[in-house]
Amino acid sequence: MSTDIDRQWTSRIRHNVVDKLPPDKLLPDTQPAYVASWIYVFGVTTIAALGVVILTGIILALDGPQWWHSSSLGHFVNSMHLWSVEIFFFAMVVHLWGKFSMAAWRGGRSLTWVTGAVTFMASILAGFTGYVSQTNFDSQWIATQAKDGINSTGGGAFFNVLNLGQMLMWHIVLLPLAAVVLTALHVIMVRVKGVVPPFEDATTEVSA
Amino acid sequence: MAQGWGLGALINLDHYGHYIQWHVIQISVGNLIVMVLMVATFVAALLAPFPGRRNRKGAK
Repeated sequence: MSTDIDRQWTSRIRHNVVDKLPPDKLLPDTQPAYVASWIYVFGVTTIAALGVVILTGIILALDGPQWWHSSSLGHFVNSMHLWSVEIFFFAMVVHLWGKFSMAAWRGGRSLTWVTGAVTFMASILAGFTGYVSQTNFDSQWIATQAKDGINSTGGGAFFNVLNLGQMLMWHIVLLPLAAVVLTALHVIMVRVKGVVPPFEDATTEVSA
Repeated sequence: MAQGWGLGALINLDHYGHYIQWHVIQISVGNLIVMVLMVATFVAALLAPFPGRRNRKGAK
């Protein structure tokens, strides 16, 4: 028999969350044997690279363009930011190929696949706005080339790549927020549904 | 290159990019190298043995 406390929205949310994602499922001690393969390491490599991207981005934001253009340490952190992005995309693409080859949307995992795909698109936008926010000739060249492409889609009315302030805000606020939130949702979905099994084990899967 | 610390890229990158053109397709050598490395990594990840795999057979 449910009490008044059980009917409270806080109780209902807590029970729902714990039912769907109990602590031992959120942070499991073991994984299925088939996860012991190199193809499964690229997701976590992507997350690790994202961590370095965010950390170096925070350091760049603290000291600003004058610093990253003119000091040795600024160059170093700027390069760390660039190369962690390179590793991030490299690992994410290999992760995507791996999951595509496994048809990783099987067994009710469509939302896991969709959050991953949307994260990929948000990351491309984050990378692009980063390239046009460098405040150098390279960024000016990229912005002037990109404006024609974006204007041809009609998107230029809302997303002006020649507007450095707008691009920088998208790059350091909106898109990192989207990337981190979507990544968190993606990982939660992986925890809820589990890692997709190989095809020969798929018959043991329970469709959601 | 960072002159002050005596550090720099292993390969001199201070020049214009190299491009490969085949009919309408044009790609920078840098991008092509990254794509080849991604394919090579993908194939290696599928084929290379994973350390400790035999010990993990007991995992659920």
